[in-house]
Amino acid sequence: MTIVQLIFYGCSVMLIASALIVISSKNSVRSVMFLILTFFYAACLWMLLEAEFLAILLILVYVGAVMVLFLFVVMMLDVDFAALRQGFTRYLPLGLVVSAVLLYLLFSLVGSTAFGPESFPIPEPRAADYSSITSIGMLLYTDYFYPFEIAAMILMVAMIAAISLAFRGKRKGTKTQKVAQQVRVKKADRLRIVKMESEKRPSEGASQ
Amino acid sequence: MIALSDYLIVSAVLFTIGIAGIIINRKNIITLLMSIELMLLAVNTNFVAFSRFLDDPVGQVFVFFILTVAAAEAAIGLAILLLVFRNRRTIDVEELDSLQG
Repeated sequence: MTIVQLIFYGCSVMLIASALIVISSKNSVRSVMFLILTFFYAACLWMLLEAEFLAILLILVYVGAVMVLFLFVVMMLDVDFAALRQGFTRYLPLGLVVSAVLLYLLFSLVGSTAFGPESFPIPEPRAADYSSITSIGMLLYTDYFYPFEIAAMILMVAMIAAISLAFRGKRKGTKTQKVAQQVRVKKADRLRIVKMESEKRPSEGASQ
Repeated sequence: MIALSDYLIVSAVLFTIGIAGIIINRKNIITLLMSIELMLLAVNTNFVAFSRFLDDPVGQVFVFFILTVAAAEAAIGLAILLLVFRNRRTIDVEELDSLQG
């Protein structure tokens, strides 16, 4: 077993184990923590596939921003998680049946020789000077420039929507800046110049 | 070395776990959103694997866009979740039935 196989099988087993904990954990905070672990192992798999930029993006953007957002929301809501678990055993048989059928169908498709090493030969490792950022960037800023800008617009719309949904308006007693007042202020309002005689320190006079 | 089908099997299992999470956790919206994240991760892994084995970086560009849209979806979904909790004091999906009329 080579080192690459060792990394692949280790990461895959841990990925699936932590994903199982995500959906079966009693505590939502623990679910989010194991979701973060799942993303880390997925990033390891993407590294094996030589998609370094996306692997780092997954950790920086997804773990660093989206999962922390999840964690904040879970910790902010005062939810009785035990009450939310009541239907768990009721739906468990249905979930097992559906996932068994889906797994059988997916395995019969992707486990066949159609996607094996005969039809898709294992690619050569990239050269040391190959950069995945360069290859993505060349596509992103030429062929996919229009979708790239739409993606930026989607992010901005999402930001505005999230703020306007969660913003409850100004409340009394909060201290905020009044920008109009700040701009309107004159020099004479804040600054006072005092004219006075210059003084000599007595110690300096004694030494001379 | 690792064949394409190995990566596809891993992401198929991950996708199935996401579907099972949606079916099992009928009550908790937070876990539903996390299951959706798992399914998106499985799809992205498929994209990256095909991009590597077909030697075509377009697949990675699509993963980039999927990550963008998923981040936007998570942000808006969590904001809606916060509003639901403020107004109803619960995030139980089965109690959110006021749209039934």
